[in-house]
Amino acid sequence: MSEVVTLPGVEDALALGLTRAEYELICEKQGGSPNQVELAMYSLLWSEHCAYKHSKKLLRTLPTEGPSVVMGPGENAGAVDVGNGLVCAFKVESHNHPSAVEPFQGAATGVGGILRDIFAIGARPIAVLDSLRFGEPSSPRSRYLLDRAVAGIGHYGNSIGVPTIGGEVYFEAPYEQNCLVNAMALGIAKREQLVTSAAVGIGNVVLLFGASTGRDGIGGASVLASAELGEDDDKRPTVQVGDPFEEKKLMECSLELLERGLLVSLQDLGAAGLTSSAAEMASKGEVGIDIDVASVPLREADMEPFEIMVSESQERMLCVVEPANVAAVLELCEKWEVGGAPIGTVTDTAQMRIFKAGRLVGCMPVRALVDDCPLYDLEPAKPEGMPYPAPKALLSKGVTPAETLLALLSSANIVSRRPLFEQYDAVVQSRTVRRPEQADAAVLQLPGGSALGVSIDCNGRRVAADPYSGTVAAVLECASNLACVGARPLGTTNNLNFGNPEKLHIAWQLTEAVRGLGDACRALEAPIVGGNVSLYNEGASAGPIYPTPVIGMVGELPDVHAAGRSGFARAGDAIALVGPFTPSLDASELAKLWGWELPDGLPAIDIDAVAGAQQAIREAVRAGALASAHDIAEGGLAVALAECCLGGGLGARVSFGEEFFGAEGAEATGREAGGSGISLDSAVALFGEGSGGFLVSGSEDALRALGASTPVQIVGSVGGDVLQIECFARAQGASPISLTLAELAEAHGALAELFA
Amino acid sequence: MKARVLIRPKAGILDPQGEAVQRALPALGFEGVANVHIGRLVELDVDDASQLEPMCEKLLANPLVEDYEIVLNQ
Amino acid sequence: MKFGVLRFPGSCDEVDALHAARRVGDAELLWHRERDLKGVDAIVVPGGFSYGDYLRAGAIARFSPVMESVIAFANGGGLVLGICNGFQVLCEARLLPGALLPNANLRFTFRQVQLEVVEHDTAFTRAHDGGRLSIPAKHSWGRYYADEPTLTAMQEHGQIVLRYAKGENFNGSLDDIAGVRNEQGNVFGLMPHPEHAVDELTGSTDGLCIFASMRMAVEGARV
Repeated sequence: MSEVVTLPGVEDALALGLTRAEYELICEKQGGSPNQVELAMYSLLWSEHCAYKHSKKLLRTLPTEGPSVVMGPGENAGAVDVGNGLVCAFKVESHNHPSAVEPFQGAATGVGGILRDIFAIGARPIAVLDSLRFGEPSSPRSRYLLDRAVAGIGHYGNSIGVPTIGGEVYFEAPYEQNCLVNAMALGIAKREQLVTSAAVGIGNVVLLFGASTGRDGIGGASVLASAELGEDDDKRPTVQVGDPFEEKKLMECSLELLERGLLVSLQDLGAAGLTSSAAEMASKGEVGIDIDVASVPLREADMEPFEIMVSESQERMLCVVEPANVAAVLELCEKWEVGGAPIGTVTDTAQMRIFKAGRLVGCMPVRALVDDCPLYDLEPAKPEGMPYPAPKALLSKGVTPAETLLALLSSANIVSRRPLFEQYDAVVQSRTVRRPEQADAAVLQLPGGSALGVSIDCNGRRVAADPYSGTVAAVLECASNLACVGARPLGTTNNLNFGNPEKLHIAWQLTEAVRGLGDACRALEAPIVGGNVSLYNEGASAGPIYPTPVIGMVGELPDVHAAGRSGFARAGDAIALVGPFTPSLDASELAKLWGWELPDGLPAIDIDAVAGAQQAIREAVRAGALASAHDIAEGGLAVALAECCLGGGLGARVSFGEEFFGAEGAEATGREAGGSGISLDSAVALFGEGSGGFLVSGSEDALRALGASTPVQIVGSVGGDVLQIECFARAQGASPISLTLAELAEAHGALAELFA
Repeated sequence: MKARVLIRPKAGILDPQGEAVQRALPALGFEGVANVHIGRLVELDVDDASQLEPMCEKLLANPLVEDYEIVLNQ
Repeated sequence: MKFGVLRFPGSCDEVDALHAARRVGDAELLWHRERDLKGVDAIVVPGGFSYGDYLRAGAIARFSPVMESVIAFANGGGLVLGICNGFQVLCEARLLPGALLPNANLRFTFRQVQLEVVEHDTAFTRAHDGGRLSIPAKHSWGRYYADEPTLTAMQEHGQIVLRYAKGENFNGSLDDIAGVRNEQGNVFGLMPHPEHAVDELTGSTDGLCIFASMRMAVEGARV
C-alpha cells in the first residue's frame, strides 16, 4: 500500500472543521505541520462535540457538589448515593444530527452509547428514558422521524434487556429540520464497584474489547455535530449501525471483568472512537499511551491508521490491565463471545503515539490533544424580537370551553403517548413499580425496600420565550414530577440542545439558560452530576431550534410502597389545587393553538415557594396521606383534571370561584379573546400554565393539612363518569365543562391515528 | 461453490411485512404492483452442494412456515 | 423442588424468571454451553433475544448444548416451561407444535393482557383457581401459527391451554392462541410473561399459579 507522502495542509484542516487559527495552534504544538493521522485526531478532539469549545467556560458555573454526589461531571457518567451502600449512576446524551440523517440507527446507537457510559463506570444499567423533538405531525417527514426513532430506541433497549420507563415528545415547527433525540440511562452499583477512566500504571496494557472495527461513522458524529446540517444530506454512509446483542454480551463481560477486579480502568468508545477514548484516558491519568493499529481487530481490509483511530464502530470498550491479568481478561472475553486484543501500553512519555506494525505514524502531546484545545467566550446579546415565527392557528376562540379542552387533549404535545411507549419493554429486570401514565415520574424499586423516582423534562417553547425562566421551569417540572411520587431530588443531568453559539442571540439563550439551570439546581439542592451539550442545531434554510435544555433528575423515596399515583383512586375523595399556582396563557399550549406569537419574557417564578409546595406534596405522599398527586403542566388545570380522571377511570366535579383569580387575565396578557366561546379569564383559569401547581385527591382533612406550608384550595370531589368543571369568571356567562370519560378518552387517544 | 438460498413465507400465511410494502409503493408513485412478499437471503460458499437441502431443513429455514429455493452458481 | 432457568447469550428475562421461580421453590441458572442439568425437577426457557434473534427467533438457541439435554429431559417426561423467546425455542426444537411469526401489527408491543385458561387440568394450570389471568406481554414476534391438521389435532387433544381474551389478541395469533402444550402434557409454551406477574408491587400476581402448578406436578409426580 502506498505511503502518504505529502502532508495535509490548512485547506484540509478547514475541510475537517478546524479554523485557520486552530490549525496554526496545532502546528505550534506539534513543532511542524501535523500528518494525516495527527490532523485527523486533532480535528476530532478539537471539535465542538468533543471539546465543548463554546460551552465549557459556561458549564463551569454550574453547581456540581453536594452530600449525595459520589461522582461528578468529568467521568463517563455521574453518580449519587442512594443508601444501603448503593449508588445510582445516570446521564443524558444526545444523538441529534445522526438521527436527522438515519433516525432508526441514530436513535438506537444513541441508546447504545449512553448505556455504555453507565457500565463504563461499573454500574449495571437499569433503565432508559427518551426525550424527543420533531416538527409538527402534519409533516410527513416528522411522522417518519418519530416512527423510526421510537422503533430504534425500542429495538435497542428491548433487545439489551433494559426497560424504557419514561420520556417525553414535543412537536414544534422549529424542530422540523433539526430533530432532537436525547437518551438518558440509569444504573446501580455497590459504591466500591465504581471505576474511573484514568489510565494509570506505566507498563500496563491497553486492551480493546467488543466488536471489530470497521469504517462506521468515519467523520460521523463529531463532524456533524460541529457544523450546521447542509442541504446535501448525503452523510448517510457515515452513520453508525448498532447491534444490541453485541452490546449485551459486552455489558455482561465488562461487569464481570470489574467484579473480578481484573481492570485498572475502563472507558467506552463513542464519538471519535479510539482517538477520544485513549486520549481522555491518558489525559486523566497524566500519562502517555502507545497504540499499534495493526493489533486492532478489523472488520474491513486495508484500513489506514487514521481510519482505525477515528472509526466509530459501535459496541467497543477500552481498558487498562496489569500485564499479569491480560490472559484472564481475554478468557472472560471468550466466555462472553466478544473479541478482545491488547493494542497498546501506558507510558511515561506524555505522548499519544500511534504505530502501524511497529512503525511510528503519529505522535502528539496528550496535553495538546485534550487540555490545550482553545475555549471560546460566548458573545451573548438579547435579540430584538423573536427569531421564531408564530405558529399557525388551529383552533378558533369561538369554541366552547369543553371543545377547547378536547382540542387540547388531542393536541400533539398533550395527547396520550401510549402508542409510543407501548413499543418499549418497561418491566424487564422486575424493578418497575410505576409504569408510564401510572404516575408523574417513573419509580424503580431498589434492594432493601427503597426506590428511585426518575423524570426527564423540558418545554422548549417556554425556554424560547424566556431562556432564564423557561429553564428554571424545566428544572422545577422535573422536581415536581418527583414530588408527586414522593421522591426527593438527589442530582440532575442535563442535555443542552441549542443552535449556533457563534450567533449572538443563541449565545444569549445559552448563557441565560445555564444561569437558570444553576440557580434552580442550587435552590433545590440537586447538583449537576454530568451532562452533554449539542450545539449547531440549525440548518442553512431553517432557523434555530427552540433552545432546549433537557433536564433529567433522579430522586429517592425511602419506602417503595408509598410511591404516589397520578390518577384519581376513589369515588368520594376530595380534590384540591395545591401550590403557588399563578396561571398565564404566555407560551401555553392554548396560545399555540390560537396562533399567538411567543411573548418576550415569562412571569417570574418564585422558586422557593414552588420548592415549598414540592416538599409538602412529597411528605404527604410518603405518609400515605394522598390518594393521588399530579403536577399541572401543559394545558393547565383542566387538562390536568382530565388526566387524573382518565388515569383513575373516575369522573370529578369541581368548581372555581372568584377567589381563584389573581391579577392575571385580560390585563396581564393584554390581548382580547374575541368571539363568544370562551372568556379570557376562563381561558387563563382553565388552561393557563405556570410552575408550582398540583392537583391532589384524598380525604378533606389530609388536603387541608397541606395548607400549613403551601396554598391549598379544595375545589371538588371524585365520582361518577363525567368530568364537570364550573368556572365563575369575572366575565360572567362562561359555560361549564361537562364531558364523559368516553369523550375524554377519545380525544386523549388521538395519536393512534398516526400509527394506524 | 457459491450458493444462495432464498427463503420466503409459505403461501397462505399472513405476511404483514409484504402487505405493508405493497401499501407503501403506490404512495410513492409505483402502480401495478401485487403479491409482495418479504423473505430472507442466505449466501454461502459450500464444498458439497448436497448438504444445502438438509441445511435448509434443519437451520436456514423453518419448513413449517417457510419455503426455500436453492440457487447454485458454479 | 428445583427449577433450572436457562441462560443464553442475549437472554433478558432469565433473572426475572429465576426470582419468580424462587417464590415457589429453589432455582438456579443453567449456562447454554453446559450439558449438565444439575438434577433440576423442571426447566424454564426464558424470554429475551437469544443469539440476537439472528436468522429466526430461537433458531440458534435450539442447537445449544444445554438444549440437547433439555430435549432429552422433555422426551423423558420432564417438565419444561417456555416463555416468549423460550416458547419460540421450543417450537424451533419441535418440542411444541406450530411456529411464532412477526406480529400482525409489525411492531414490538408491550401490554398487560387478559388470558382465558382453556385447559385447567394441566401441570401448568392446576394451581389456578379460576378467572382470567392478567399478565404482561412484550414481543414483536408472537403471532402463533399452525397448519389446519395440526390445529385440529391440538384442539382434539386439549393442547390449547391459554387464549387471549376477546379484544386482547394484538399480535394476530391463530385462534387467539397464547399458550400451548405438547400431547404428552409435560412441555408448555406461552408468549406472555408470567415471571412479570408475581408481585403486587410491580403488577398483578396472576403468573404465580403457573410456577405453583409446576411444583404441584413435580411433588405429586403427575403430569
